[in-house]
Amino acid sequence: MTIMLFLIQDGITNGAIYALLGLALVLVFAVTRVILIPQGEFVTYGALTYASLSAGQMPGTARLALAMGAVAFLLDLIAARRSLGFRLVARAFAVNVVLPAIVLALAMWSAAHHAGVAVNIALSLAIVAAVGVFLYRIAFQPLAHTSVLVLLIASVGCHLAMQGLGLLFFGAEGQRGPPIVDAAFSAGSLRFTGQSLGVYAITVAFIIGLWLLFGFTLYGKALRATAVNRLGARLAGIRTSLSGQIAFLLASLIGAISGILIVPITTLYYDTGFLIGLKGFIAAIIGGLVSYPLTAVAALLVGTVEAFSSFYASNFKEVIVFTLLIPVLLLRSLAAPAVEEEKD
Amino acid sequence: MAARLPVIVFALVMAAIPHLPLMPPFWIVLLDNIGLSALVAMGLVLLTGVGGLTSFGQAAFCGFGAYTTAVLTTVYGISPWLTLPASLLVSGIAAVLLGLVTVRLSGHYLPLGTIAWGLGLFYLFGKLEFLGRNDGISGIPPLAIGSFKMIDPGTIYYAIWFSVLACALLTMNLLDSRTGRAIRALRRGHIAAEAFGVQTPRAKLIVFIYAAVLAGLSGWLYAHFQRAANPTPFGAQAGIEYLFVAVVGGAGYVWGGVLGAAIVVILKEVLQSYLPYLLHGEGQLETIVFGILLVGLLQLAPAGVWPWLMSWLPRKSERKRPDTSLALPARARAAGAPSVLLRIDHARKQFGGVIAVNDVSFDVRVREIVALIGPNGAGKSTTFNLITGVLTASSGTISVLGKKLANAPPQEVVKLGISRTFQHVKLVPDMSVLENVAIGAHLRGNAGALASMFRLDRPDEARLLAEAARQIERVGLSKEIDQPAGSLSLGQQRIVEIARALCVDPMLLLLDEPAAGLRHMEKQRLAALLRQLRDGGMSVLLVEHDMGFVMDLADRVVVLDFGTKIAEGTPAAIKTDPEVIKAYLGAAA
Repeated sequence: MTIMLFLIQDGITNGAIYALLGLALVLVFAVTRVILIPQGEFVTYGALTYASLSAGQMPGTARLALAMGAVAFLLDLIAARRSLGFRLVARAFAVNVVLPAIVLALAMWSAAHHAGVAVNIALSLAIVAAVGVFLYRIAFQPLAHTSVLVLLIASVGCHLAMQGLGLLFFGAEGQRGPPIVDAAFSAGSLRFTGQSLGVYAITVAFIIGLWLLFGFTLYGKALRATAVNRLGARLAGIRTSLSGQIAFLLASLIGAISGILIVPITTLYYDTGFLIGLKGFIAAIIGGLVSYPLTAVAALLVGTVEAFSSFYASNFKEVIVFTLLIPVLLLRSLAAPAVEEEKD
Repeated sequence: MAARLPVIVFALVMAAIPHLPLMPPFWIVLLDNIGLSALVAMGLVLLTGVGGLTSFGQAAFCGFGAYTTAVLTTVYGISPWLTLPASLLVSGIAAVLLGLVTVRLSGHYLPLGTIAWGLGLFYLFGKLEFLGRNDGISGIPPLAIGSFKMIDPGTIYYAIWFSVLACALLTMNLLDSRTGRAIRALRRGHIAAEAFGVQTPRAKLIVFIYAAVLAGLSGWLYAHFQRAANPTPFGAQAGIEYLFVAVVGGAGYVWGGVLGAAIVVILKEVLQSYLPYLLHGEGQLETIVFGILLVGLLQLAPAGVWPWLMSWLPRKSERKRPDTSLALPARARAAGAPSVLLRIDHARKQFGGVIAVNDVSFDVRVREIVALIGPNGAGKSTTFNLITGVLTASSGTISVLGKKLANAPPQEVVKLGISRTFQHVKLVPDMSVLENVAIGAHLRGNAGALASMFRLDRPDEARLLAEAARQIERVGLSKEIDQPAGSLSLGQQRIVEIARALCVDPMLLLLDEPAAGLRHMEKQRLAALLRQLRDGGMSVLLVEHDMGFVMDLADRVVVLDFGTKIAEGTPAAIKTDPEVIKAYLGAAA
């Protein structure tokens, strides 16, 4: 019975992280039609940037953000080459180059002076968010009109490049970060750490927040409209490229937060993010890539199944988790035999 | 034969390469790898580029092929040549089992499903005792002909590239056939293909199996090339890479698969061997550059490199005109058949609270043109969809020649001699007019996928194309017969749809706004054609908004408004019917 409770608790903690990632995937897909394979890299970047800063090292991701910003600046200039004005150039320069440069400077200062946990978290989030936004600008915005398949392949390309960069920045060794909250208490035989409670709280907050944003605000509806019909959204006055950047901003933030939340609990390696992301992915698929609450429930299910199968059949843990998906997919297809016409 | 010339030249060049003096043996290894990758990519071209089914799991099928021969040759000592059919069979059976589940997945669930079982199988290969767990199986014997053993890369090269060329030919043959057209129509949605009798789940399963068997062949060759098999080359990473290969090369083109394989394999090799010298770096520099190059390449040529290259070549000569003297047997029409062809009796369709068609009843008699008119949203297209089985009626009956349809699927309805066009044109834009129209004759041919691959379908195929060409001539589009359907004007595309519907040899033709987008002269020609069809014994039911066209042409008019029939009668009577005037112009003040 106690084992059972432990497993469930473990499953829920993992599941909450998967839920966060699943939410981000749903969000990005709903707005940009990109199946965001590099979501896992946002997790590792967030976690390892935080761990590096805490250890007084300068994370390479800060430099990456500046370099990507420079490329984005160039792309902006090329895109607007026929109507270049001072204001436009200055604005693009400020957003794409000055901002990441400030973050880089702060990161260098922080690494040298051992700033506190809060500063390190804020810096990590800023760095990863910048990487996320620039990633959309550089890799996906020029492809926004293409098919889901092409976007998917580009997404895999980004994943490969970012994972390679992760190895370059953080090395092959795993890292752990300092805990954010030290408090802990026991209820019966279960021990709750402040860290795991933080995981639950943030997950719930995000689910409610996103659900409110997309269901009840004009802005959220504009983002969804972009996904359904780009041309229509543009004609209605929605800036579709901005929608994509916002989606990536939110996704990278969510990824980085998940990373920072788990890096004190488990050791993360440069390539850990991919598998974690994939499991968030399973949850997102069970949620049909549209439903936030369903995604969250599915993520808890995935986490629990994983916890149980790693205890009872650890050899086949991954086999079980991934095979779980097939009946779910089948059920979803049968439940909604969507008439897919006029796509492509 | 002229069309095959580039292939023959390519084959000769490939055959000569190992004999070139000073050919570095390392290049031969690269070419071997390209060939192995091209085989899998070719399957993906058919599956993903042509059929629209994205699969990340192809590497797992290579695994089935490789492990089958590995186990059979090392444990049971069976000759590699005998394990070839076994390998293909195992991959094929695996594809049937996975395919039955997978191809039913709709939209984005499908690629995600393939990731799921791709990963699941990869972990399974690494855990199973009899497959050697993560270490895999080694000591696989080489391919041998008599005492000649294909041990070095230069000899197995011939086995690999022979397979690539043979499969390329078979694949191209398959695409250029009755089954091929059905497969090529899949990507544009099911409804049009199903309206002409294509069993879309079956067509999907066929491409799925075909792609898996090609992957299995690649796996079999790989096992005898490496003489070992372990899970790594059959994992998710490899599955993703095969998809890269297909997309980079051009996912819609058989040779795009080969070209993509060459690009990706060479690029990876160059990056792996030269980057470290250039940058003195550590870590996975090559994956970083590879990933970035991939994204860049997609931004430059989203459709792949092959079509981009081909656009530089002069346009190919037109294909041979079909011999229109060949004829298909006509539909048997019972003499003395009842005069009512189609009877719609209290048909009703509800979508939730909305009643789209509200207890509508009317008949279409033999040799009659009936027009179904009404304001937008009156339920005309829904009525069409009920008749053709795209939608199932909530209640009421629809019968053809006194036989109830009982919600038969579209593929069954068309067999009864009812064919249709669509309000929103549903042609395959990158297929020629001839090929699009030939889909209409799908049920009148019977050559299957295997027969097509080995070109045993030619007499059957010639008759189908002849019928298509005849119908194209009949509607007056002979000049455009070889154009891609997407390049025609919208009005012409509607006429192409009529030709396609005529290929069914229908008793009843359902036309959904056939005159929309036509110029005045074209409308007159269309009206003349429809009259001629009626006089030849066909019935026509058409939805149309052009009142001049309708009143001139129709024998009878049925008027719908908000899903309800408000009037029925001759054009003259309808023109003066107060209900109809009210529906169209609003109530008199």
